[in-house]
Amino acid sequence: MSKIQVKMTVNGAEVEELVEPRTLLIHFLRETLNLTGPHIGCETSHCGACSVDIDGASVKACTIFAVQASGSDILTVEGMNNEDGSLGVIQEAFMEAHGLQCGFCTPGMIVRTHRLLRENANPSEQEIRHGIAGNLCRCTGYQNIVKAIQLAASRLSGQREAAE
Amino acid sequence: MTDAAEMTHEEREATLGGIGCARKRKEDIRFIQGKGNFTDDIKLPDMVFGDFVRSAYAHAMIKSINSEAALKIPGVLAVLTADDLRPLNLHWMPTLAGDTQAVLADEKVHFQNQEIAFVIGIDRYAVSDGVQAVEVDYEELPVLVDPKKALDADAPFLRTDIEGKDDAGQGPRTHPNHIFNWQAGDKDATDRVFDSADITVKEEIYHPRVHPCPLETVGCVADMNPVSGQLTFYGTFQAPHVVRTIVSMIAGLPEHKIRVIAPDIGGGFGNKVGAYPGYVCSIVGSIVLKRPVKWVESRIDNLSTTAFARDYHMTGELAATKDGKILAMRANVLADHGAFNAHAQPTKWPAGLFSICTGSYDFPTAFVNVDGVFTNKAPGGVSYRCSFRVTEAVYLIERMVDVLAQKLDIDPAELRMKNLIQPEQFPYTSALDWEYDSGNYPAALEKAMRSVKYDELRKEQAEKRANGELMGIGVSFFTEICGAGPAKACDILGIAMFESCEIRIHPTGSVTARLGTKSQGQAHETTYAQILATELGIPSDDITIEEGDTDTAPYGLGTYGSRSTPVGGAAAAIAARKIRAKAQKIAAHMLEVSEDDLEWDIDGFQVKGLPEKRAAMKEIAFAAYGTNLPEGMERGLESVDYYDPPNFTYPFGAYICVVDIDKETGQVKVRSFYALDDCGTRINPMVIEGQIHGGLTEAFAVAMGQIIDFDEDGNILGATLMDYFLPTAVETPTYVTDFTVTPSPHHPIGAKGVGESPHVGGVPAFSNAVTNAFAHLGVSHMPMPHTADSIWKKCKELGLTG
Repeated sequence: MSKIQVKMTVNGAEVEELVEPRTLLIHFLRETLNLTGPHIGCETSHCGACSVDIDGASVKACTIFAVQASGSDILTVEGMNNEDGSLGVIQEAFMEAHGLQCGFCTPGMIVRTHRLLRENANPSEQEIRHGIAGNLCRCTGYQNIVKAIQLAASRLSGQREAAE
Repeated sequence: MTDAAEMTHEEREATLGGIGCARKRKEDIRFIQGKGNFTDDIKLPDMVFGDFVRSAYAHAMIKSINSEAALKIPGVLAVLTADDLRPLNLHWMPTLAGDTQAVLADEKVHFQNQEIAFVIGIDRYAVSDGVQAVEVDYEELPVLVDPKKALDADAPFLRTDIEGKDDAGQGPRTHPNHIFNWQAGDKDATDRVFDSADITVKEEIYHPRVHPCPLETVGCVADMNPVSGQLTFYGTFQAPHVVRTIVSMIAGLPEHKIRVIAPDIGGGFGNKVGAYPGYVCSIVGSIVLKRPVKWVESRIDNLSTTAFARDYHMTGELAATKDGKILAMRANVLADHGAFNAHAQPTKWPAGLFSICTGSYDFPTAFVNVDGVFTNKAPGGVSYRCSFRVTEAVYLIERMVDVLAQKLDIDPAELRMKNLIQPEQFPYTSALDWEYDSGNYPAALEKAMRSVKYDELRKEQAEKRANGELMGIGVSFFTEICGAGPAKACDILGIAMFESCEIRIHPTGSVTARLGTKSQGQAHETTYAQILATELGIPSDDITIEEGDTDTAPYGLGTYGSRSTPVGGAAAAIAARKIRAKAQKIAAHMLEVSEDDLEWDIDGFQVKGLPEKRAAMKEIAFAAYGTNLPEGMERGLESVDYYDPPNFTYPFGAYICVVDIDKETGQVKVRSFYALDDCGTRINPMVIEGQIHGGLTEAFAVAMGQIIDFDEDGNILGATLMDYFLPTAVETPTYVTDFTVTPSPHHPIGAKGVGESPHVGGVPAFSNAVTNAFAHLGVSHMPMPHTADSIWKKCKELGLTG
């Protein structure tokens, strides 16, 4: 099958590769770019384990082709650390609030949280629960994920206030 | 000898991060950065992929399989069928339950989506093209879907491969579709009690076929090195050593030439215990192609073919006195095992530990009868987040107690209180011969009722009922049975269900410990280190826990049935105590006193009465490798323990769930859920709470929405996440957790296990709450799952809708 060139920014780095047109973005990220943080949990866009951030929106990478993402700016869980390599606020909050167990949904949850807190810096519990409804977790019952997101929200607000 | 004396007792204890502290999890650091290493993340040089051609029909003869077109597709390397596996005698494989299961369908398919051919290609896309191109010609056969018709004289005959065999691995068979009959208790004595009792109740209670559905599907990578003859086999294995032994038995490879590696596992819940055709085909593919072969299920594959759970058609009966003292129980079960007897229980227990169904109540007589049958459905019968068949058992007794309460017009909590086993009765031998280790049941139920203000809730319910509103209060008091198991009772294929731990203390006082269990999210790297920290006096930060590599870890039976803490945790504690015994001798030598003059104190030994004269474990560790050891002592500080538990452990708890039901839509709103768990000694309260939240949510899923259903042709209805209910954060309730602590008297640290209790106790709590909302209308039982649709229909039937 003839291949098509795609070009995109992934976690701040320019990427240029040849792909089959039918290659799903999740396979491109995982197999070609070796970014195995985003996972595959279903093939129907329900579980959200493959969630990444594309041009400022949460996207399930199992449901778009790599060619559709050409030209875009993508963030995966691997890009969530601070620039100095230390843990980002959301990552730390998930650890502190025990917002993960097996860790399979976690990369998608963290990337979704990143976008959610940009859409709504101070979400209520209901807004958080609706905001992560596209990301399934089988281990935690979500209670501590909600707590982790609340903790991250309050710390990020604190950081913003300190910066102002 | 140390400056530890300058720290307070509490500071030294806190430094350890041992049993009882809510320390953060060691494993999180990789997962939150996307650096976990799951099976599908494994990438080996020259690796290729495999996937299955699956049956379109539930029951059919295979007339022909044509792979020609598939093999012409660029990138497709091979197509394996039963005919290719036959010369290797690998077209069938033994199951854990004594039956055989087709690896690739041999002339006949027995369930929809059964594996027919294995296509191997250079990437997933080529394989997918190849799978589409394989042509299979079928001749349809009559389908058996309803297990209640399985033993009819004119039922379709499923397993022609075992025609005439009187035994399918678990005792005598009475019909070609019959698998086993299993009984416990005294039938005649039970019948006599029922015949003379004031009150008897009876209810048909079905626990639907459900699926554990871990977020990561099942998969493996087989890498046979053609030069060394060494097979490295990576995969989503809850029991890596068992997989190694089974692979050795099935494939005839010497066991020392097989290295099984279970990397990070994305949830298991019982789904990743057994062996699947994908394992065999990947191994054969790697041998044939001399390249590593990866196979990872899709979600549809997972839900439609990988081991299901439950599917128990139960009839429960209780006999009681007029004032509510339970006298006896009868349970009759029809177990739908699907097309092959491939459930995952200890080998001697065809119905698992189902006879725990007398629950938390004190009555002397019971009888249980279980028949297993074949149907045209995927095989399985695994324990979805519970010990073997315990959710079924607890669901039955906890529903039946509510049914009895309704009949007697006694409050369900009051009826339970009246019948609970009393604290002074422990160790308590149940009517079906289990020896419950410890408990204080009335204290737990009292605490639960007080905490939720039970009387006020019932008052509110009465008011709501008077107004025509539907409010339900679900009570469940469960006893789990964990820690399989004592060698005298439990084995898998003849291997006793022990657990093991090997500890190495390095000269600088840090520790590597390896266990035969395998975490799938339970935080073993954190909690085992806490047990060892307390036992060894070495900070848990300085202890690395390794699991999942059979070349390094001592043999173990794996993680399921809440056995890691009860059995693996016990092995860890005992292995640590062996080290401490040697350390005491070294310390005596260092301090120039007799061993008997020393006492253990948090992180080292001190001379009795002279606490400033002490040797810390870290110093002892160095000395163990040094030049000055007691005469005749060998160097090093290592130990290994293979722990055979003297008994099971019996965690218990009291759950109270409150629901409000909208009679116009059938929507159930879980208003509150209070969960009191007693899991004995608590190792990490944070991890325990997380486990309880998760187990309750899986119980919520089972009670409210999960079912793997079939149409009359055996087509599976809804094998995607579009149809199979996994709760999102929106509908998942918020839980209040609480606890009491009754240590297990026979476990080295008193721990009982907790991961599965919330599922076992949670299912009846949710279900009882829903049925209780209708109890005043004469409804004694409502079948799970309690979907809005089914409840709305009930409301309509009762004339409640507007």
